Amino acid sequence: MVTMSNAETEPVKIVGVNTLDLAERERRMPPPETREVVFDVSDLMVSYADVPALKDVSLKVYKNFVTAFIGPSGCGKSTFIRCFNRMNDLIATASVDGTVLYHGEDLYGPHVDAVEVRKRIGMVFQKPNPFPKSIFDNVAFGPRVLGMTDDLENRVERALNQAALWDEVKDRLKASALSLSGGQQQRLCIARCLAVEPDVLLMDEPASALDPIATTRIEDLMHELKRDYTIVIVTHNMQQAARIADMTAFFSVDVGDRARSGVLVEYDTTPKIFTHPTDKRTEDYVTGRFG
Amino acid sequence: MSSDTPEVRLEGGRRSSTWAGRGFYVLLLLCLAAGFLTLGTLVVDVFRKGLQYVDGVLLMNPPSSDPAIAGARPAILATLYLGVLLIAFTVPIGVGTAIYLEEYADKNRWYNRLLELNIQNLAAVPSIVYGILGLAFLVRGLGLGRVLLAGALILTLLVLPTVIIAAREAIRAVPGSIREAAYALGATQWQVVSRQVLPAALPGIATGSILALSRAIGETAPLILIGALTYISFNPTLLGPFTALPVQIYNWTKLPNAEFKGLAAAAIIILLAMILILNAGAIWLRNRYEKKW
Repeated sequence: MVTMSNAETEPVKIVGVNTLDLAERERRMPPPETREVVFDVSDLMVSYADVPALKDVSLKVYKNFVTAFIGPSGCGKSTFIRCFNRMNDLIATASVDGTVLYHGEDLYGPHVDAVEVRKRIGMVFQKPNPFPKSIFDNVAFGPRVLGMTDDLENRVERALNQAALWDEVKDRLKASALSLSGGQQQRLCIARCLAVEPDVLLMDEPASALDPIATTRIEDLMHELKRDYTIVIVTHNMQQAARIADMTAFFSVDVGDRARSGVLVEYDTTPKIFTHPTDKRTEDYVTGRFG
Repeated sequence: MSSDTPEVRLEGGRRSSTWAGRGFYVLLLLCLAAGFLTLGTLVVDVFRKGLQYVDGVLLMNPPSSDPAIAGARPAILATLYLGVLLIAFTVPIGVGTAIYLEEYADKNRWYNRLLELNIQNLAAVPSIVYGILGLAFLVRGLGLGRVLLAGALILTLLVLPTVIIAAREAIRAVPGSIREAAYALGATQWQVVSRQVLPAALPGIATGSILALSRAIGETAPLILIGALTYISFNPTLLGPFTALPVQIYNWTKLPNAEFKGLAAAAIIILLAMILILNAGAIWLRNRYEKKW
C-alpha cells in the first residue's frame, strides 16, 4: 500500500516533529522495496468472541527497519502486533483469519508450533514485567527454557550490553529485578528478549509507562538494535514514531453497524506519513486535530 | 496577616459523617474484642487448670486408669504422624488440582464448572459426614480397618477442598504479565507453570496448606466415627489402631475424676502448642519466600 507522495503540496505541520529532519531522512532512507520482507500480512482479520477487532489489514514489514503502528485507542494496533508472535493464541476467544507470512512461511499454518514462533520473535510489553527473580535469572530464563545454556554467563552479559544495561547492573546481578527502576526494568525486559537471539523484536508501547529520560534511552537503544534486528513497535506517541520509525502504519477505528473495529488507513515511509499523508484521517491524526 | 486575606475554615467535626465514622470504629473494636476475649478466656482457663499437669508423665506415658501415671504419648505421636501423612497426601493432590483448574481447564466446559462447584460445596460439608464416608468406604468398603492410615485419608478428604481453594487463590494472584512474558520467550505451558507460576505462588500455597493442616489435626468427630480408640498403650503404626490428641482430650473430659479434667486441659495445651508451631511455620515460610523477590 505504498502510495505516491504529493510533493507539490506544502508539508503538514506537526507539533514536536522536525519536518526538515524528516525530509533529510527521507532522502537518505533506502527504498523499502529493496529490503527483504520479514512479515507479509494479507487480509488479516482478528475477532474476539466473533466480534471483529481488526479487519482487512495487509502490509509488509521490512528487515532491519523500525516499523511503527500508530493510531487512537481501540484501533487494534496492539491486537495486530500480537498476531506476529501468536500471543493471541493465549486468549481463548480470539480468532485470526487471513495470512501472516514470516520469511514466506505461514505463521498460522497447520504444523506451526507457537512455541517455535516465539523463540524467533521476541516481545516487549507495555508495562515492564520482569520475573520476580534476580537480574541474572531474568535474562537467563529464555536461554534456559530453550536449552541454550552453554556459556550462559557470557550470553547474559552480551544481552545486557546490547540493552545498554550492563554497566548499571554488573555488580548486582544477584539482586532482585524488582529493585530496578521502571526504565531499567524495561531495558531488562529487552535484554531478556535479546538473550535468545531472536530475529524480530515486537514492542507494544514499550515506553508508555516510563519517564522522558528513560524513554529517550529506549529510543536510542532501538536505533542501535535495528542494525541487528527487525523491530515492530506500537506507540501512542506520534513524535516517538516520527523519531524512531522507518515505516509507519496508521490505524483507525471504523464504526460499522454492528461493532467498532480497527482498520489500516495508511502505510508508508515515516517521512511521508508525517509530511504528506494521502488520507485525510491520517492528516487529522498526525496534526493533532483528532486524538 | 493582612486584613484582606479570605477567611479559611478548616476545623471539622460538624458533619454527621464524623459520627458515623466514629460509630463504625467502635463497632470494629467490639468485633475485635469479641474474638480476643473469647480466645483469651479459653487460654487462661486451660492454662490455669492444666499447666500443673504438663510434665514428662503426660508426654511420655501411655494412658492409664490411674491419673497419676496417665499420659498421652500414643495420642501425641499419632497426631504428629497424621500431620505428616496429611501434608504428604493433600499438598500434591491439592496443588495439582489447583494447577489444572487455574492453568489448564477450559472454563467453558460443563465438567470443569461442575468440578469447581463441587469443590466449593465440599469445603462446606460437615466433618462428621466425611467420617461416615470414611467408615463406609475406607474402613469397611476397602477393608482398611480402623487404622491410622484410614484416619489420615479421611482428614485428607476433609481438608483437600480448603487446600485446593487456597492454592487456586495463590496461583490466581500471580500476575498474568508474568505468564505472558514467559510465553513470549518461547516457554512451553509446562515451563511457564513450573518455573514461573508455581515458585511465585509457593508462599500462598504453603500458608494455605498449613492453616488447613492445623484445622485438621484438631478434628475429633470423623476420627471417633471411624473408631480411633482412646486406650492405646503402645506407639501408633501406619496400619495399626490409633488414637489422636483431640480424641484423647474428648475422652478425658468425659471421666468423672477431676484429675482427668486437669489432664484434658494439659493435653489441650499440648495441642495448642502444636498448632501454634505449625502456624508460626506458615508465617515464617511466607516471609522467607516473599523476601527473596
